[in-house]
Amino acid sequence: MELNWKLSDITVFDSIVFCCFYLSNSFVYFCTMMNQRDTICAIATGGQAGAIAVLRVSGPEAITITSKCFRPSVQTKTLANCKGGTVVFGRIMDGSEIVDEVLISVFRAPRSFTGEETIEIACHGSVYLQQRILELLLKMGARLALPGEFTQRAFLNGKMDLSQAEAVADLIGASSKASHRIAMHQMRGGFAGELTLLHDEMVKISALLELELDFSEEDVEFADRTLLLDIATRIRHKVQSLSQSFKVGNAIKNGIPVVIAGETNVGKSTLLNALLKEERALVSDIHGTTRDTVEDTITLGGIHFRFIDTAGLRNTVDVVEQMGIDRTRSKLGMAEIALAVAEITLPLEVILAKVQEIKNHSAEASVVCILNKADKLSDDDVQARVEIVKQKLDLPVVAISAKFFIGIDELESLLVKVSGAADVGENTLVVSNLRHYEALVKAGDAIDRVISGLNQGITADFIAMDIRQCQHYLGEITGTFTNHEILGYIFKNFCIGK
Amino acid sequence: MELFSKYDVIVIGGGHAGCEAATASANLGSKTLLITMDMNKIAQMSCNPAMGGIAKGQIVREIDALGGNAGIVTDASAIQFKMLNRSKGPAMWSPRSQSDRVEFIKQWRKVIDNTPNLDLWQDTVNSLIIKNRVICGVKTALGIEIFSKTVILTNGTFLNGLMHIGTVSFSGGRISEPASLGVSDQLKAYGFTTSRMKTGTPVRIDGRSVDFKSLIEQPGDEDFHKFSYLESSKRILEQRSCYMAYTNEVVHNILEWGFKDSPMYNGTIQSLGPRYCPSIETKIVTFADKVSHQLFLEPESLDNNEYYLNGFSSSLPWNIQYEALRNISGFENVKIYRPGYAIEYDYFDPTQLINTLETKLVSNLFFAGQINGTTGYEEAGGQGLIAGINAHLKAHSMSSFTLNRDEAYIGVLIDDLITKGVDEPYRMFTSRAEYRILLRQDNADTRLTKRGYDLGLVNNVRFELLNFKAHRIEYLTNYLRNTSILPDKCNNLLLAKGTTEISQKVKLSDILSRPQISLIDILELDSSFAELVYSDNRVLDEILESIEIDIKYGGYIERERIVADKMMRLEDLKIKGRFVYADILSLSTEARQKLTAINPDTIGQARRISGVSPSDINVLLVLLGR
Repeated sequence: MELNWKLSDITVFDSIVFCCFYLSNSFVYFCTMMNQRDTICAIATGGQAGAIAVLRVSGPEAITITSKCFRPSVQTKTLANCKGGTVVFGRIMDGSEIVDEVLISVFRAPRSFTGEETIEIACHGSVYLQQRILELLLKMGARLALPGEFTQRAFLNGKMDLSQAEAVADLIGASSKASHRIAMHQMRGGFAGELTLLHDEMVKISALLELELDFSEEDVEFADRTLLLDIATRIRHKVQSLSQSFKVGNAIKNGIPVVIAGETNVGKSTLLNALLKEERALVSDIHGTTRDTVEDTITLGGIHFRFIDTAGLRNTVDVVEQMGIDRTRSKLGMAEIALAVAEITLPLEVILAKVQEIKNHSAEASVVCILNKADKLSDDDVQARVEIVKQKLDLPVVAISAKFFIGIDELESLLVKVSGAADVGENTLVVSNLRHYEALVKAGDAIDRVISGLNQGITADFIAMDIRQCQHYLGEITGTFTNHEILGYIFKNFCIGK
Repeated sequence: MELFSKYDVIVIGGGHAGCEAATASANLGSKTLLITMDMNKIAQMSCNPAMGGIAKGQIVREIDALGGNAGIVTDASAIQFKMLNRSKGPAMWSPRSQSDRVEFIKQWRKVIDNTPNLDLWQDTVNSLIIKNRVICGVKTALGIEIFSKTVILTNGTFLNGLMHIGTVSFSGGRISEPASLGVSDQLKAYGFTTSRMKTGTPVRIDGRSVDFKSLIEQPGDEDFHKFSYLESSKRILEQRSCYMAYTNEVVHNILEWGFKDSPMYNGTIQSLGPRYCPSIETKIVTFADKVSHQLFLEPESLDNNEYYLNGFSSSLPWNIQYEALRNISGFENVKIYRPGYAIEYDYFDPTQLINTLETKLVSNLFFAGQINGTTGYEEAGGQGLIAGINAHLKAHSMSSFTLNRDEAYIGVLIDDLITKGVDEPYRMFTSRAEYRILLRQDNADTRLTKRGYDLGLVNNVRFELLNFKAHRIEYLTNYLRNTSILPDKCNNLLLAKGTTEISQKVKLSDILSRPQISLIDILELDSSFAELVYSDNRVLDEILESIEIDIKYGGYIERERIVADKMMRLEDLKIKGRFVYADILSLSTEARQKLTAINPDTIGQARRISGVSPSDINVLLVLLGR
């Protein structure tokens, strides 16, 4: 029999039972406190954009985990070789891709804030980078810390005096109560129905499997594997669509990333300022004034947008500016919306070529073409050019003058429309909580193992192990599964009792 | 010399819980008295004449592994044996036997009468002697006061028992046996909450009147399996078959005529019965579209003609039961010894107990078996054993003995009872055990015998056997894991078994882990392994079974172990006595009440209480500060 499982599957939400808890935050909180052997990580500087940001990793595996995505600039100066209190320069790597250049401070237990092995990563301060590094750490085996958890560990490891205990208790109580309320509100609001359905499917598949095990002697018809596969596939589908909705949900919560891209000096920063209605980005007529990405958020039509101004795309010998340009390209890759800015006065074929190039770099983003400096042409000429570009590139096109605030309103409503966020109504189920997302991914892995187990003809008792894992993770989102409920389903639907 | 000196332990009730409790405490060295209404009905199988079954068979093996007697008695009285769920993984394999009911009683009586320190007294206990909320002894119907340090109540269905057959209701603990009155009311006065449960039993049939040719014969297994790990415990009796019969629509119609006189449906019986063991009338009502229900005719004894009709439990008027029966194929000329009946009885909310089964309200008083809202001989026996052990330990001021949820079904059973309470008669299912892959019938000795030995309940013979087995298993398993086989030595067999060939040498254990290959095949492939194996035939079948399970399912077992170990850390956080829950205002009101009532031992147990939320647990953890 093939042993189809990975140890890593049971590392994160490990000390949790599937049958007790119904809401994630306090739930995970609880198990963390129980399990200080976990390594946790979080953005320590609040998650907003800034010049630099600090991520903190704490726990027995802090150094090992960070080392998996860190390449020191001096090869021998690995984190593992570092004494406590050292700072190391190097790069955060996602495989072979350089994510950022960072400074890492190494703290050795017990001489750290938490009393555990701790790493602090000082990275560049864009929200994207912070998230990206955080995701890498999670991928390498760290678990997302809960609000106050570093303090909690510090307390539990005797780094704080006992008189602070009550303060900590208040903090935790408040945060879990608040998240409880929010989550309950969400549950009642839009998607309770869909979650109930998912919950019921889980109970059903579990009951059908348990029926084969506990009631194999009974005169009842056992579900054939096709039916079980059907249910498992439906569960997987739901779990997948939920975890995919995280991207949308996250965008709604943190702002939909909009990248402003285009040639240098085409007026990207002016456009950003026009949208922000303030002098945010440094503006000048000198090419390459914006040397790094600048970002800010703005709410349009009730939707949060995160605008990212970028260094212009051009070939340059200025090393610093070139780094900025490279970053622009990578930014384009993760944007939801790319604003391709070009000067309307340029020859049409040049405009088309430049916009096309930006489109090519913007993997999954919806591209909006912006023809700037419309004040320099007559209205008729502007209109004619807009129509041609629209036709040739099959993109929404809007002509503006960032400098004179022409066409900004039109652009704003276009952004709202393109974001698709307005379509996310009350009845759409959107996962916006990273812990829910993690749980969904793990539930998805478990249900995948259930499906492969069913396909391989493994007996119900072993499939049930993965079902339990799946319930355990889904329990955080859909409410817990109790044995009582599963037996109840069996007794209600099958004539048991010979 | 007085007849009744002061005892360490008095056990009230000689059923499956009482017998196990009395022999355990006596074997541990406590001076023990077993009081029963009828010493000729010791360990009576009041319902079906079978021991074990899915999840229940594992419990019997656990009782045996700990040094209890249920396994030995079952082996000695078995007239059919089956390993259920053989097509599933090894954790699902569940031994079940049909026992000769008369022989079962005889064997238990033999055990009791040969247990040192154990006295037997036939009488009824009418009241308990309690001083300052500490039990001191009992007072019997004969007016005798007998004193002891601890008392174990194992009343079964006898507390205010009330039976129903049609419109006829009568008081009693079992058919033709008086109920036990007085104790319930006395305990209520001490603050115990009691409630009523209902169970039923089917008609008993005269085998001479059955046309067995019209029924489907169900023979048992013929292999080495049995309940006791002891080599000396053997299945010796002649084996008998069970038979299957089916109800039909005519039968259902006749039964429906009786509904107006059914205590279940005319409101006489208000209490809850088990959903997994419904009466035939409930089955007809709940699953109205089912035109036929399966019945099993089970032999009761080699020495009489009595058969038990499993699946036909009923409290309908006797003549309706009889008429309906006669319309079942094979029962056209049936004669019955007695009709089925329903019985209502008092049980005590088991959340009033701690994990040793001692009551929270009266010190040194223990409850075990059906009094705690459970059903089944196995569940009763398991509780009896734990209560007997702990009554002994308490009487000698020694620290308690409990089993964890990842250690034994008995641990799951008791934790469920005291933490969650019951709302219908509690029966064990494998799905109640979250680590069931670990709780197998093959490894109950590995799990528990050492613990029983440390306690003093397991004797040297049993312990020496465990060590012998363990060494042999380790030695032979190492051989399989470290010895390779060449392709030309095994490819023929692999092909013949329908599995793929190998192209280079492979470890024997890897060959064995293929689903198509059994250990018998390995014995054929490697003669030096066979030589090692057959060099000692002692408990060889069991040893080979364990090796095969270890190698084939080791991955799953290890995975379950990891999950269990992580969860069990919660059980290390003791909280009992550390909080006055009512004063912790940051707990929810429900949590304050539940935590106060149940007073959990550990954070792990607190978490399993319904109504205690994760945030409540957080509050406790922070307050613990560790």
